[in-house]
Amino acid sequence: MRRSSTRKTGSALPVNPSSGSSDAYRSASSKAVSKEVERIDNLFYAYADASSGLIDPEGIESFCSDLEVDYTDVRILMLAWKMKAEKQGYFTLEEWRRGLKALHADTISKLKKSLSELEKEVARPTNFSDFYSYSFRYCLTEDKQKCIDIESACELLDLVLGFQFRPQVDKLVEYLKHQRDYKVINMDQWTSFLRFCNEINFLSLDNYDAELAWPLILDNFVEWIREKQS
Amino acid sequence: MPIHSPKTVDVEAGMAVLKQSVTKLTNILEGLPEMPFNTMEYMLLCTYVVSTDSFSLSLLSFLRLMMDLLLSTIYDFCTMKTPNDLSEQLYAEYKKSLMDYLHSTVLPSLRSKNDEYMLKELVRRWLNYKVMVRWLSRFFHYLDRYFVKKKALLPLKEAGITCFRDLVYEEMKGKIKDAVISLIYQEREGSQIDRPLLNNVVEIFIQIGLGSKQYYEVDLEAPLLQDTAAYYSRKASKWILEDSCPEYMLKAEERLKQEKDRVDHYLDHTTKQKLIENVEHQLLSVNEIQLLEKENSGLIALLRDGKVDDLERLYRLFSRIPEGLTHVSQLFTQHVKAEGTALVSQAENAASSKRAEKRDATDSPQLVLIRRIIELHDKYMGYVQENFQNHTLLNKALKEAFEVFCNKSVAGSSSAEMLASFCDNVLRKAGSEKLSDEEIDTTLEKAMKLLSYINDKDLFAEFSRKKLARRLLFDRYANEDHERLILTYLKQQCGGQFSSKMEGMVTDLTLAKENQSCFEDYLYANPHAHPGTELSVSVLTTGFWPSYKSSDLTLPDEMIKCIEAYKKFYESSTKNRKLSWIYSLGTCNINAKFDAKSIELTVATYQAAVLLLFNSADRLSYAEIKAQLNLTDEDMVRVLHSLSCARYKILKKAPMTDTVSPNDIFEFNSKFTDKMRRIKVPLPPVDENKKVIEDVNKDRRYAIDAYIVRIMKSRKALGHQQLVLECIQQLSRIFKPDVKLIKQRIEDLITREFLERDGEDPNVYKYIA
Repeated sequence: MRRSSTRKTGSALPVNPSSGSSDAYRSASSKAVSKEVERIDNLFYAYADASSGLIDPEGIESFCSDLEVDYTDVRILMLAWKMKAEKQGYFTLEEWRRGLKALHADTISKLKKSLSELEKEVARPTNFSDFYSYSFRYCLTEDKQKCIDIESACELLDLVLGFQFRPQVDKLVEYLKHQRDYKVINMDQWTSFLRFCNEINFLSLDNYDAELAWPLILDNFVEWIREKQS
Repeated sequence: MPIHSPKTVDVEAGMAVLKQSVTKLTNILEGLPEMPFNTMEYMLLCTYVVSTDSFSLSLLSFLRLMMDLLLSTIYDFCTMKTPNDLSEQLYAEYKKSLMDYLHSTVLPSLRSKNDEYMLKELVRRWLNYKVMVRWLSRFFHYLDRYFVKKKALLPLKEAGITCFRDLVYEEMKGKIKDAVISLIYQEREGSQIDRPLLNNVVEIFIQIGLGSKQYYEVDLEAPLLQDTAAYYSRKASKWILEDSCPEYMLKAEERLKQEKDRVDHYLDHTTKQKLIENVEHQLLSVNEIQLLEKENSGLIALLRDGKVDDLERLYRLFSRIPEGLTHVSQLFTQHVKAEGTALVSQAENAASSKRAEKRDATDSPQLVLIRRIIELHDKYMGYVQENFQNHTLLNKALKEAFEVFCNKSVAGSSSAEMLASFCDNVLRKAGSEKLSDEEIDTTLEKAMKLLSYINDKDLFAEFSRKKLARRLLFDRYANEDHERLILTYLKQQCGGQFSSKMEGMVTDLTLAKENQSCFEDYLYANPHAHPGTELSVSVLTTGFWPSYKSSDLTLPDEMIKCIEAYKKFYESSTKNRKLSWIYSLGTCNINAKFDAKSIELTVATYQAAVLLLFNSADRLSYAEIKAQLNLTDEDMVRVLHSLSCARYKILKKAPMTDTVSPNDIFEFNSKFTDKMRRIKVPLPPVDENKKVIEDVNKDRRYAIDAYIVRIMKSRKALGHQQLVLECIQQLSRIFKPDVKLIKQRIEDLITREFLERDGEDPNVYKYIA
């Protein structure tokens, strides 16, 4: 189908007499491209559920086992980010195509290899904050849900920030589980956690100023740490 | 016009005449006895002197005689053709004459004398010399007209003064200065000195400058100031050790007066400020702290003992020096704070020791505390207004101190509550003879002044509202004038938001009275509608009054009839209004037939409901009563306790313990009697304090939200700290918001999408339209 559409567009445009060869090249590369797309699609259908036309959690599980990556691994989250997947636990064809195309991976083995590149890409500061916000939104499963519960927040923190900011994450998780003021975490607080890790000296906390606009939950967190230290 | 041909002038002859004249003049001047100064001055000023003094006459007559001759001689000399023009020679001769005179006569006489004598001689010589200069200048006057100007030389008079300065003054100035300072020292130590003499000496210093005061300033004033500093420094060091604060201040004030006097009499007026500042510094600035903090006589002691004269002196003195009142204010604040805090501790101790005993409302430690704080405020405000001239610094100091201890609580009662209780107590006395109307008004005014120091003004307002409700509904102790007065004060302090509701409450009751007479007319016109019991109803406007829980009390039949009757009446006169009956606020008068006699009981509606049950049964258990009336356990205990365990035991309780338990049995106490025909059986109210605090906290959250949104709406974008500051400032009239609470509300508003954080700077918020 792809082929015919490219031919159609090729003939509709005014053709430069000298473009004969580029035309051929184009059709050659577009042949390659469309081959890739076909393989990507086929890969999709290998895991998708026939009735819904989506890859569902079961499908994801088998996909992950083929990849030899645990489905709770952060790299799957990164993949979802690359795909700009909207619903946790599901991939649509469009999302699948988007992700795999961007990674230039149309087979499982290529995909496996691309994962380390993907990790590096995510780690870049500009991408990372985007990825970080995305991970929160990805957890909002219900319609109009704005917050995630403490337990899930702690898991997510560990998953997403654990590698870069191990001591902060450990302490923060400990505190979140201990405190009683907040039962859920909202986006604003979530964003501030990353900012906290990036800006504040840990464990000294000497440059933390509670008079600034840090969310109250972090003020309390810092107070809690300071009390324990004294 | 014929031109005067210059005649040949015999120069030698002319010069000889000149020299002769000068000598003669000198001799005459020398020969003059000590003349009183004013005569000398007079001579200097006038050509024609009317005087009986033979000497002055002789001098003047000589001078007059010589005048013409000398003048024409000099004229001739000056108008000779150049290079024969003798102007320059004459000018030199003029100066030489003067200098010779100074060298030969003036200097030796001065050198030979000391101290005061030297000064006297100096003045005489100076005045003498000035006469000489004046006359000589008149002789040589023609030089002034052309020669001096042409050669840009000093005019004759000035040149004469300069000669004196260079020859005499420069040599003698040190000794003169010493002599002057020595005289001043003597005067400072109490002796009388020759003031006019000093006045004249100072004049010399000034005139010698020929228009500039620099000689005076450098050669006399500067050393004098130095000496003054040293002198007063010694005095101050001595006094600070030996004298009490009031004594020291008296001496200081006296000395300052003397120094001012000194300047007025014989120093130049430009010295005044420098001298006074100098003395102020030595006497007041240097020792200020030590002086104010003197153990038994310093500022704190004076305040304590009410020594108003000394306090006024203190204020007068220290307001003269820069930053003088800073330390005074600090000590003032410290002292008032200490006094106030002590009162609070006293109250706290009294409260905890009294916890076992029953508390009499009129003398509770909290009420006593408020009374004492008012007295404290009167005393120290008095000082500020009357003795410290209402100075801003002192006003601020007072405010700071009161704000500290006026926000402390005693035995769990916040200061807002204590003040509200105090005002309630005063307003209840309105009906009795205990306080006159005027006294009530003044006490209320004073109490409301304390409100300005209390942070939680909204808490005070809510407590006041609750107590007002009780006064209006239960106790009928409300005098409308006093009530409206206190509301005016409240409005002044906090704006109309609280007072308007309470005014509405007072108005409601006035209207209720009118309504009641309408109801009575209605019943008179419709006798069949009468419920059989006398009924009076007050309809309250919901928004004005505190919120009350409506209860599910099962009413006795008699009361049901009343309610129905009133409902019919109300519906006939008003539409679209819903009535919610609050039985917990009602009162009943019940006729109780005891064995001895009938007594009319005034009770709350709840109590009446319980008692009426005993019309159909002699004994009832707790459970039965509860089932029939549908009251909560809390209310049950409260009501039954008031009827069976309190002062008037209308019901007998088995077992006869002091507390009500769910297993008790109650019986009508027919044996009860009292000497009165009517008694009131009080029902103590539920402790509403917690609810009040809850309500106020809720209102605060709304208030903070509203202000944040309002501020952000107008600013569009604002930094966090600024937002917090503005919020606090705008709310300060009502309460002092906790910074954490503000932060919490901001976060809530972010979640509700009224605000968002700025993408670039997370410390800045943006308004979401």
